[in-house]
Amino acid sequence: MILDMTVQGAQMLLVLLLAPLFTGFVRKVKARLQRRQGPPLIQPYRDLARLMRKEVVLAQNASWLFRVIPYLIFAATWVAAALVPTFRTGLLFSWSADLIAIIALLGSGRFFLTLAGLDVGTSFGGIGSSREVMIASLAEPAMIMIVFTLALIAGSTQLSTMAEFMASPAVGLRVSLGLALLALIIVAIAENGRIPVDNPATHLELTMVHEAMVLEYSGRHLALIELTASLKLILYVSVIACLFVPWGLAPAGAGWPALAIGVAAYIGKLAVGGFLLALFETSIAKMRVFRVPEFLGAALMLGLLATLLRFVSGSF
Amino acid sequence: MSSIDFDIAHLLAGSLVLVSFMELYQDRLYALLNIYALHALALAASVAWQAFVQDAPHLYVTAGVALVFKAIIIPVALHRIIVRLGVHREIEKVVGVGLTMIVGIGLVALSMVVMLRVTHEADPLAREDLAFALSVVLLGLLMMVTRRNAVSQVVGFMSLENGLVLAATGAKGMPLVVEISIAFSILIAFIVIGIFLFRIRERFDTVDVQALDRFRGERR
Amino acid sequence: MTLTIVLACAAALLALAPFAVVIGRSAAASRLIYGASVIVPAISLIAALAQLLGTAAPETVTLPVGLPWLGAHFRLDALSAFFLIVVDLGAASASLFALGYGEHETSPERVLPFYPAYLAAMTLVVLADDAFTFLVSWEFMSLTSWALVMSHHRLPDNVRAGYVYLVMASFGTLALLLGFGLLAGSDGLYTFAQMRAAHPPAMLGALALILALIGAGSKAGLVPLHVWLPLAHPAAPSHVSALMSGVMTKVAVYGFVRIVFDLAGPPAWWWSIVVLALAGVTTVMGVLYALMQHDLKRLLAYHTVENIGIIFIGLGLALAFETYGMTFAAALALTAALFHVFNHSLFKSLLFFGAGAVLTATGERDMEHLGGLIHRMPQTAFVFLIGCVAISALPPLNGFVSEWLTFQAILLSPQLPSWGLKLLVPAVGALLALSAALAAACFVKAYGVTFLGRPRAPAAETATETNSFSLAAMFLLAALCLLAGILPGLFINALAPVSSALVGGHMPVQTGAQWLALVPITASRSSYDGMLVFVFMAISGTLAAFAIHRLASDRLRRAPAWDCGYPDASPATQYTAMSFAQPIRRVFGTVVFRAREHGEMPPPGSTRPARLVVELHDLIWEALYAPLAVGIGFAAERLNHLQFLTIRQFLTLVFCTLVILLLVLAIWS
Repeated sequence: MILDMTVQGAQMLLVLLLAPLFTGFVRKVKARLQRRQGPPLIQPYRDLARLMRKEVVLAQNASWLFRVIPYLIFAATWVAAALVPTFRTGLLFSWSADLIAIIALLGSGRFFLTLAGLDVGTSFGGIGSSREVMIASLAEPAMIMIVFTLALIAGSTQLSTMAEFMASPAVGLRVSLGLALLALIIVAIAENGRIPVDNPATHLELTMVHEAMVLEYSGRHLALIELTASLKLILYVSVIACLFVPWGLAPAGAGWPALAIGVAAYIGKLAVGGFLLALFETSIAKMRVFRVPEFLGAALMLGLLATLLRFVSGSF
Repeated sequence: MSSIDFDIAHLLAGSLVLVSFMELYQDRLYALLNIYALHALALAASVAWQAFVQDAPHLYVTAGVALVFKAIIIPVALHRIIVRLGVHREIEKVVGVGLTMIVGIGLVALSMVVMLRVTHEADPLAREDLAFALSVVLLGLLMMVTRRNAVSQVVGFMSLENGLVLAATGAKGMPLVVEISIAFSILIAFIVIGIFLFRIRERFDTVDVQALDRFRGERR
Repeated sequence: MTLTIVLACAAALLALAPFAVVIGRSAAASRLIYGASVIVPAISLIAALAQLLGTAAPETVTLPVGLPWLGAHFRLDALSAFFLIVVDLGAASASLFALGYGEHETSPERVLPFYPAYLAAMTLVVLADDAFTFLVSWEFMSLTSWALVMSHHRLPDNVRAGYVYLVMASFGTLALLLGFGLLAGSDGLYTFAQMRAAHPPAMLGALALILALIGAGSKAGLVPLHVWLPLAHPAAPSHVSALMSGVMTKVAVYGFVRIVFDLAGPPAWWWSIVVLALAGVTTVMGVLYALMQHDLKRLLAYHTVENIGIIFIGLGLALAFETYGMTFAAALALTAALFHVFNHSLFKSLLFFGAGAVLTATGERDMEHLGGLIHRMPQTAFVFLIGCVAISALPPLNGFVSEWLTFQAILLSPQLPSWGLKLLVPAVGALLALSAALAAACFVKAYGVTFLGRPRAPAAETATETNSFSLAAMFLLAALCLLAGILPGLFINALAPVSSALVGGHMPVQTGAQWLALVPITASRSSYDGMLVFVFMAISGTLAAFAIHRLASDRLRRAPAWDCGYPDASPATQYTAMSFAQPIRRVFGTVVFRAREHGEMPPPGSTRPARLVVELHDLIWEALYAPLAVGIGFAAERLNHLQFLTIRQFLTLVFCTLVILLLVLAIWS
């Protein structure tokens, strides 16, 4: 019991501490691929520290909701990230929220973030929020269809159970898994605002979605929001890792050696995932905003096709 | 046959359906040709795997034909035709992408239902591969129906034929004679279509079939 | 005993109606009537709770009113008790709200007499145990609500709304009348007990399903029979709108459940396919319509259509599972649908109360003239936010739980042997997920444009907080939303007798799992713990706040908005409701509503501004109702000639009819 609690606590801290490092790693790899030196790996930590030291400049008509929202979305995303098995399955509280609940928690984070965009009453906040809900209106159903496919294969919606099933030899190479993986990658890119859906490094407001919503935030609030964005990215990479590359995950009740292997495997998976993400972002251009629904519509169709195949026959 | 062989065969057949969907999504002609080459590659891989699993060496020849002809020669030839016709613009679609995709999913569902109900007693691997093959055929037809550019209709026709080859190999392979004769007739059809495209282009300066309809004379 | 209490409460409400006519214009009339309307449904609520949670058998009573050889049968079983709880909770909270809201009513004598009668009618529909009582109470419910819709009859929109409502309500009652007539058969078995005992042949059951779908479905708001809902619900006073959307639609669902699950006999294989297909379309169409609205109450009314779709998806799944004997799955789907009935009545009433508060404070229903109300009406804004979060199905509130249960039911459906269902259920699942995401978008728009931002019109700048009765009603409902989200196990257990009675099984008892988790099937398969999620979110939020306060600077200063360096003082530069919905309108609306935008440029030399014109077509109205209206007009025009015949032609008509009837008699006998 004590070990379980420590492992759960360690998992929560691990994702929180690794999140800015992951973002820094992706930026560094992108810079190197573009033949630049790039910022140091720990630059995001420095950015967060700098933002926390600064004074918050609040718009005159910003409400109490505007000030509370960064804490709300951080809480929702951190709870969701704490429930994803990163180095060990069967976390102490993993049964309290399954994959559907995790997606819905991220959805509540997004709900409040879009409200924040509308709070100050500027046109930039409006553009960010309206585009974000358009992207979400297709990304979320695609994600739910992916969850259905995986749940129908693994027989459960609990992430730990799914990860253990995927690691076992019973899973086989299935068509619907391939379709679900493709759809999940597309949804992960859209939900985290990476190229080709949104550019996380842009300074041109008309090309932003996420940045436009948080335009009015500064100081410690902005630090929390940036940390939340990194946390969300690492959450999605962890979900892909624990579902499609589950080898190395320590089973529930394992001893210290298995846990150490689990942590090492997790860090390795993050490194590979970050490298692939950086490679993908460097090799493709950002899409025009109204081509994003077609892109996400393809993900929704893939998810629907995968679910349909699972309904039609158990061997798909 | 072990379950991993089963799964890989399904995976390859499913990837053929996936590439058909990717063809439907494209709206640039050069990209469409590349995807068609990928389609033929997936077909070649699928047929080669079937040859390995069914222990039927003549299917390797079919796979080789698919690889050489359809993945390399035909896309290059079409590429040349497009450059000479000067039609390397966007493909105009009759219906939007979203609706085409939804209809595509409906067609896949339909072929699943039909094939899995009709072939109750057959070997499970063959049944499901036939279901995928029928989906590819229907998606090829959908592509021909929803495109205005004649070259993209040719690509749809080619992918339809790929589906037929997949169906044939799934059903324990065609005799080589039949395969070769089908391939030659496709080649002849292809050459004839190519000649016609050039004549049409010379005469009317366009290969947009909607525009060609205007020149038919009486309107219905 | 409980049935007597409940019937006495209904009778008391009926008696209040003529009393309200008498004291109509006096100053304390509103307080008196609404006060009584809080207490009487509360008593009825306690009695219904006792019946549902206790183990007493269903009670019946026959009163000597109505038809002389039939009497009026009433019955309080588990299903009636559950829906009675929904009705009474809605009634009590609406009356509490109206204690404050009713002060602003300009013509109380048009509202007060019909309001208690409306409450009584809804109670009687749920209690009715024979076809005649059911239909009389149903019509009475429609008529009283029509009178309430027409209470502000000087507005032309309201007149049209009342007319469409009356036509659709009569049409629905006609369908129900035919349905009950078929089930009663040629022997005239009007009581429900007799209908249940008689096993109708398959054809009759099928017709009963179709007619129940048309009759009850049109009252609930199933597409394409929903057209009256977005016209009538906004036209009524806000507490009545809350009752119509939150409670009357549920009474319609009760009617459907009673007929299809209880009276129509064992379901055929295609019944669930029809219900699921209609429900899926309703869900998506409802939310897409809602996204295109900028009238706050009309948005909420269209959104009710979406939630009715979700409820019917659950009911369709339950029907599918019941057809193939999968009792456990049927219980899960039915419980999910009924839990959503309860949840929706809670948060939809809450949202309509909020809209009513905004309407009295600003005089505006149009979101394009509101904005910044979070500063002027902070408590209303807070409780409206809770309603928005609940209706968008976000944890840890109750909307998420019922949607999660519906998803779990969908995940059980690959075991269904029917091919049609195998293809339909994933599609319906995708539509459900799509509508959930769009609903969140819709309520971001509703909340953000109304309460956040800057005021777009003087009415919004001078709003004041609403009165304490209205606030009390809203806070009560918000607290119930939170409770149902955190402790859903209690509510699921309470629904067990209902699903046992209807499908023969119920969900596992929810008190055994650790930390009050909700385990719908087995613990290894899926579980959800609303309480823990809420506690975790609270803890991590507090931890974050604590850490930030320790580690970060706490200086703060106010300044003009950054706006990328170009702040604009005019509130017209912020996003409006129509502009917020534009990306979604472009993606979905181009196909579903044939939405087109174009700019109208003035001719050179004119000083008129350029305008952006957005065209939306309601395709259901244009394809179905408009041709129908034209056809009816045409037929009426032709038939009108019958009024102007000569005496000889009238006599010929009578003569021909007589001859034809005699011929029929000759051939038939």
